[in-house]
Amino acid sequence: MKHLNSFSVGALVVLSFGTVLVAGCKTKNANPFPASSAIAGWEKSSETRTFEPKDLWQYIDGDSEQFIQAGVVSAATSDYKYQGQIEAVVDVYTMGGPDGAQTILERGQAKDVQTVRLGDEGLQYAQSVSFRKGRYLVRIVAYESSASTPQALMALAHGVETNL
Amino acid sequence: MKNRREFLKGAATGALILGAESSFGSTLALDRPSEKDKAKVIIARDPALHGLDGKLDEKRVGELLDRAIAAYTGRKHPVDAWKHIVVEGGAKDKVIGLKTNGLGGKGISTHAVLVFVIAERLQQAGVKPGNILVWDRNARDLQACGLTINTDPSRIRCFGSDVSGFEDVVENWGSSHARFSRILTRECAMVINLPILKDHSMSGVTFAMKNMYGVVERPQDLHAGGCNPGVADLNAFPVIRKKVKLTIGDAMTSVYEGGPGFRPEHLWQPNALIVGEDRVAIDQIAWGILDKKRVEVGLKTLEATERPPLYIATAADETHALGVNDRQRIKLIEI
Repeated sequence: MKHLNSFSVGALVVLSFGTVLVAGCKTKNANPFPASSAIAGWEKSSETRTFEPKDLWQYIDGDSEQFIQAGVVSAATSDYKYQGQIEAVVDVYTMGGPDGAQTILERGQAKDVQTVRLGDEGLQYAQSVSFRKGRYLVRIVAYESSASTPQALMALAHGVETNL
Repeated sequence: MKNRREFLKGAATGALILGAESSFGSTLALDRPSEKDKAKVIIARDPALHGLDGKLDEKRVGELLDRAIAAYTGRKHPVDAWKHIVVEGGAKDKVIGLKTNGLGGKGISTHAVLVFVIAERLQQAGVKPGNILVWDRNARDLQACGLTINTDPSRIRCFGSDVSGFEDVVENWGSSHARFSRILTRECAMVINLPILKDHSMSGVTFAMKNMYGVVERPQDLHAGGCNPGVADLNAFPVIRKKVKLTIGDAMTSVYEGGPGFRPEHLWQPNALIVGEDRVAIDQIAWGILDKKRVEVGLKTLEATERPPLYIATAADETHALGVNDRQRIKLIEI
């Protein structure tokens, strides 16, 4: 819990990206996004973008409403690339509480979903991994499918989970 | 097109040319020679559109477009068909906009190859490269389609409303308010609508009419009530009604659940283009296509999930009069 609280403070800083330096926080920021090469084969290929609920439509359009109804507090996203070939996006939604994360995670599951050990509950498909941990909901989606995609996505997901 | 792969590459830094007069053309009637009373909608399919590697076959996309446009216009030769579209659209020697949809991000955005082929056909029909403007909300959306920003007016241009800005004046229609992109109001004499077929968590379906959300500054203001009457109201604004004349809907890849974002677990390949002028009729047909797929995979219909696209009927009502949603009044041609 101490770690989670520490992250909560850090998350506020990270999710207010432009004000991180202004805030002058000297504590170590808990950033959910693994740095390049922190996970074997994965490079962080974009800056982290953050959205408040009122701006979330700019990123996910109509999807934003279900997140708002579920109590989203903020969202952050970053692109990644695996071995220079597989492009993926990592979305981290900070919800008001675990219920909100669960509500979103349980929506729209397909028949071929597989449960995986990630956070409090994890789901995997051929090209995506989603999990919730506390009030965080994480969705990782790859744009290409290959034999190595599922394993690579799981490795990245574990990297994010560790940071939460 | 000789430079198809190159025409959007190497973004130039030329100044954006603004200030072209708005040109409100008369109502287009590309299908006038045939059944006047029905809205014509073409669905052109090619099951082999995606290769074994899962990628679109560029040559086949071109052939599919040619078949669709030939069926729609009744003109067998693509150059003749596109000349007809340009002239009837009131866009001869004027700027033609190609409005894509890249909001869903890479993987579920209007395919660049479709844009390339249309741009190629327009040029073959005599349209100067500088009179072709590929556009969307912003650079990110365009890049999601696989396009490259270019503002050099001597070449095919590609940029978003983040470059052009929006009109200062707020316009009103019904209960809706909007500030329109200057690309629509000042640049384009005619717009060819290039949406991509998707499920939508609020409106049920996002396709021909809802793609117009990308031409206003604050589309989020139009999302209430399952986007009803927002979608219908928006399409009823004169500038859209008069300039957005032809829809070439990208149904080569689609998402039948979890949209409008990229959800690979719900992705499928209808391998189709859907062409027509009546956006209401097109959306009505698109609704049926989505529902059919949903049922095939064991999902409830959009109506059963309480997400029916009610805006379609609203758009067809007497107040909006944007088109027809009565299936009996739609001439659907599947090729």
